[in-house]
Amino acid sequence: MMGNLGEHAAFIVAAYAIVAIVLAGLIAWVTLDARSQARLLAELEAKGVSRRSARKGRKRQASEAAE
Amino acid sequence: MTQTEGLFNRLANPTRFMSIAAAILPWLTGVTVILFAVGLYLTFFVAPPDYQQGETVKIMFIHVPAAWLAMMGYSLIAVSSIGSLIWRHPLADVSAKTAAPIGAVFTFLALVTGSLWGKPMWGTYWVWDARLTSVLVLLFLYLGLIALWQSIEEPSRAGRAAAILALVGFVNVPIIKFSVDWWNTLHQPASVARLDGPAIHSSILTPLLVMAAAFTCLFFVLHLKAMTTEILRRRVEALRMTQVARAAAE
Repeated sequence: MMGNLGEHAAFIVAAYAIVAIVLAGLIAWVTLDARSQARLLAELEAKGVSRRSARKGRKRQASEAAE
Repeated sequence: MTQTEGLFNRLANPTRFMSIAAAILPWLTGVTVILFAVGLYLTFFVAPPDYQQGETVKIMFIHVPAAWLAMMGYSLIAVSSIGSLIWRHPLADVSAKTAAPIGAVFTFLALVTGSLWGKPMWGTYWVWDARLTSVLVLLFLYLGLIALWQSIEEPSRAGRAAAILALVGFVNVPIIKFSVDWWNTLHQPASVARLDGPAIHSSILTPLLVMAAAFTCLFFVLHLKAMTTEILRRRVEALRMTQVARAAAE
């Protein structure tokens, strides 16, 4: 049971605490990196810089709408 | 074209991959949270103490999944490296690059939790036996791959160099797996993945498998997210190059 981890409780608690802290750090790093790249991409696109494939796609959509 | 080849080719389009990943990620995250909740409940409120190890067997529920994922992560990198070198699949080196730091973290956790389990059971935090040493070598291989990716700026060149290192280093994975059979080690032999079935009672095997499933789902959530981020990073780089080229032309 949760309340009685026996004579080696310190080792069990330390192992779970380290896993929790390290995995929380990994999740935070992956999440923050994703947000940072999405923000940078949005900033560049807002400045009018776009990929060739994106420009082609927009041109195709515009010509389809005109037809 | 077979169905598998068709799926393989459809996933080669990064934009399509991003939309598939965006659809899968919320569901996979939900499954991960549920599996962790069930796994931790079974660990702390249901699983009995082991007749020899007592309550320290609870460390197994995090140590073994971390060790499995350490090897699975490297195997994923090796498969991605083959995809990168042979088929030049555009997402293969993205997969390999993003799996490396995640695999390194799980390898580190396997070493630390194993050490914390070893002290009360073996009387020592560390011993230079075949299993522990080969897992430490695996951590160094992961760190080497991360360093290689960081040191070469051009992604396709970095991808090829890292793929060769990853495939050479893959020889370490079967050494880790079979080290406990080939050499006399302090580490116990395999007790779950055995030809004659698991040697663990179901009361302890069930929480172990649930926690392993939770860790595996978490690995894939993080890997998918990191892959989509890497695709965005490459788009940002491409846009910056376009911006510089336009500025130079004006």
